[in-house]
Amino acid sequence: MNDTVIRAEGLAKRFIIGHKVERDGLLREAMTRGARALVRRGVDFFKGRVSNTPGEVEEFWALRDLNFEIKRGELVSIIGHNGAGKSTLLKILSRITEPTRGRVEINGRVNSLLEVGTGFHPELSGRENIFLNGAILGMSRIEMRRRFDEIVEFSGVSKFIDTPVKRYSVGMYVRLAFAVAAHLEAEILVVDEVLSVGDAEFQARCINRMSEVAGSGRTVLFVSHNFAAVTALTRRSLVLEGGKLTFDGPVEAGLAHYTASLGKLGKVRHWGRGREATLISAQLLDADGRPTEQFVPGMPLRLEVEVETTGMPGMSLVVILRDQHNVPVGYFSSAAFGNVPLPTKAGRYRCVVSLDALFLAAGSYNIDLRTTSTTIVVDHRVDGAVQFFVNACNPGELGFDFRQDLGFGPLALRSSGPLQFELVSSAELPGLQSDARLG
Amino acid sequence: MTSLDRPVSTHLVLEAGRADRQYWQDLWRYRELLLILAWRDVSVRYKQTAVGIAWAFIRPFLTTVVFTVVFGHIAKVQTNTSVPYAIVVIGGLLPWTLFSSVLGEASASVVANANLISKVYFPRLIVPLATVLVVVIDFAVSLSILAGLMIWYGVVPHWQILLLPLFVLLALLASLGPAIWAAAVVVKYRDFRFVIPFVLQFGLYVSPVGFPSSVVPEQWRLLYNLNPMVGIIDGFRWCIVGGESPIYLPGFILSLAVTAFFLWLGVRTFRRIERGFADMI
Repeated sequence: MNDTVIRAEGLAKRFIIGHKVERDGLLREAMTRGARALVRRGVDFFKGRVSNTPGEVEEFWALRDLNFEIKRGELVSIIGHNGAGKSTLLKILSRITEPTRGRVEINGRVNSLLEVGTGFHPELSGRENIFLNGAILGMSRIEMRRRFDEIVEFSGVSKFIDTPVKRYSVGMYVRLAFAVAAHLEAEILVVDEVLSVGDAEFQARCINRMSEVAGSGRTVLFVSHNFAAVTALTRRSLVLEGGKLTFDGPVEAGLAHYTASLGKLGKVRHWGRGREATLISAQLLDADGRPTEQFVPGMPLRLEVEVETTGMPGMSLVVILRDQHNVPVGYFSSAAFGNVPLPTKAGRYRCVVSLDALFLAAGSYNIDLRTTSTTIVVDHRVDGAVQFFVNACNPGELGFDFRQDLGFGPLALRSSGPLQFELVSSAELPGLQSDARLG
Repeated sequence: MTSLDRPVSTHLVLEAGRADRQYWQDLWRYRELLLILAWRDVSVRYKQTAVGIAWAFIRPFLTTVVFTVVFGHIAKVQTNTSVPYAIVVIGGLLPWTLFSSVLGEASASVVANANLISKVYFPRLIVPLATVLVVVIDFAVSLSILAGLMIWYGVVPHWQILLLPLFVLLALLASLGPAIWAAAVVVKYRDFRFVIPFVLQFGLYVSPVGFPSSVVPEQWRLLYNLNPMVGIIDGFRWCIVGGESPIYLPGFILSLAVTAFFLWLGVRTFRRIERGFADMI
C-alpha cells in the first residue's frame, strides 16, 4: 500500500467577506444584485469589455497554494498565528468544507476533533451524551459500549453520569467531553486546539493517550498553541503564515521559525476603518518587548496598538478583555481611566498599553479593541483583535493550578496582605453544645 | 466493528466541485448516527412538558373535531358515502400532518444543527432524514385516533387497509423532496423560514383534508392533483374506507410523478449546495 496518506497539491481556499448577502443571505438582495450584475454584463458585452467580478465583493484567501505530503504514521503539528489558515486546513482535511482550488488525496479514514463536546445536548444525561458525542465523532455503538467504562473513569464524573449535563459545572462538562475525545481512534486523527482548555494534569493525560494512539502507527495532525504539547506529541511541523506554507520540517526548527515570524505579525490586517480613528494593528508583547501569544500571569499585560486618527479631539482607545467563553472580564479606556485621549494631530501612532499585573487563569483570552468618541460612541470596533493564552497560573506558593474551566471565573484574586484569623468565640458555645447533645 | 475495521475503501480526493462517489455508501455507513440523532430529538422533544408524547395525539384529535364540525355539520360538504365525516377528516388529516411536520421540521433541521455541520463531517442528508424518523414516531401515536374513531363508529376495515404503510411511505417521500430542497436553500436564504409556514397554512386548505377531493369539479381534478398530497390523501382514504372513496387513477399517477420530481430536485439541490454548508451557515 502507498505510504503517503495525505497529499495536498496547490490547495487554496477563498472566502467571500464583508458582503451582506454572504452573511445573511437575503433573497431580495441576491435578486437585486443578480439583476444589477446582469445589466452590467450586458453593458460590458455591448461595449466589448471583459466582464469582471463586481467590486462590492471582498475576497479573502484563507489558504494559498499549499503543497505537502504526509506519510503513514507521521506526527505533524500545524502552527501559525490566528487567521493563518490552520483551522481552514483542518476543515478541508476533515471534509467539512471543500477547497476552492487544488486537491487533496487522502488514503485512510480521517476522524477529526475540532472541538470537544460537539453536539452535547444539555437536556441529556452524561451517559447519553457520551453515546451521542461518540457517534458524532464517528465511533460505532459497539465500540462505544466497549469503551464506555473507560471513558467514564477517565472523565472522573461517574457519580453524575445520569444527571443532565445542564446541571454540570463547566469543569465537569469539559472533562466529560475530553474523555470521549481522548478515546477517539482513527487511521488519521486530526486534532484542533482542544487541549488548551483543559487543566495541566488532564492535558498531560490526553497527550499520553494521544501518543499511545500515535505510537500505534496512526497519523496525527495536531494544531496547538501549547509549545509543550506540540514538542511532546509531534516530530514535524508545518508553519502557516497568511495562508501560505512557510516552513515544513522538524518541530523544533518549526517552532523557532514561528517565534521569529511573530515579529512580523499584525502588519497586514483587514479591520476596516472607523470614521475618526482607525485601529491598524495590535499585538501582545512579552517582558522584553517581543511579540508573543503567551501571557504569564502576574506580569503586566503589555499591548502594542497602532492607530490612525483624523485628529478629532476626545477620542479614546478602549481595551476589553474577554475569557474563553467570550465573557468580558476587564475594561480599559485611555481617555476615561488613563486621562489620555488620542492625539489631536492627524496621523498614525503607536502606543503600548501596559495594564497592571493580572493573575489570569490558564486558558485562552480575547481582546477587543475599540476607538470611541467622548460620548462613548464606538467609532471603530475590532472584536477579537488579539488572542492570547495562559499556559498555567499558580497564584499561590502551593502550586494550585488555577484554570478558567474550574468555573471560578478567569481572575485569581490575591489578598493584599497576609490573611489572619482572629478568634471571636471558641467552639464551646452553649448553642453548639446543645445541638451536639440533640444529635 | 470499530471505526478502524470499517471497509478500507478509503482513497479519497477532495477537490472543488467534485461529486463524492461514495456518498450513498457513506450515508449507509453513517446510519448509526442517523439513528442516534433521531433518538436525541425524540428524547429531547417532550422534555419538560406536562403531558409529553400525548401532544402527538391531542393536536390531530382536536383538529379532527373542529374540521368535522366546520365542514361536516356547518358547511355540510357532500361526501357521497355512508362513511362518518370524522373518518373522512382523519383520513386526510393523518397524511397531511405527516407531510406538514416533515416539511416544517426537516427544512429547519440543517440550520438547527449548524454546530454539528461546522465541526464534523457526515453526509448532511442525515440531518433532515433524522427528523423524518422523529415525525414518524409522532405519526404512529396519532394512528391511535384513527383506530379509536373506527371502533367508535363501527367502521370495519377492508383488505385495502393492508396497503396503508405504502401510502405512509408515499406521504413521506412527497414531503421529503420539498423538505430537503428547502433545508438546503434555507442555509443561504433564511427567507424560506417564513415561506414554509405560509405554504403549510395555505396547503391545509388547498389539500383535501377537511373535505373529500370528489367535491372538486371533474374538469379540474387532474390539475388539482398537481398537488402531490391530493393523490396520497385519496389513497389514504381508500385504504381506510375501501371502495366508498375510490382513487382517481390519472390524478394519482400525476401526484406520484410530482412527488418523484420534487424528490429528484430536492436531492440534487441538496447535494449541490451541501459542500458549502459549513462556509455559509
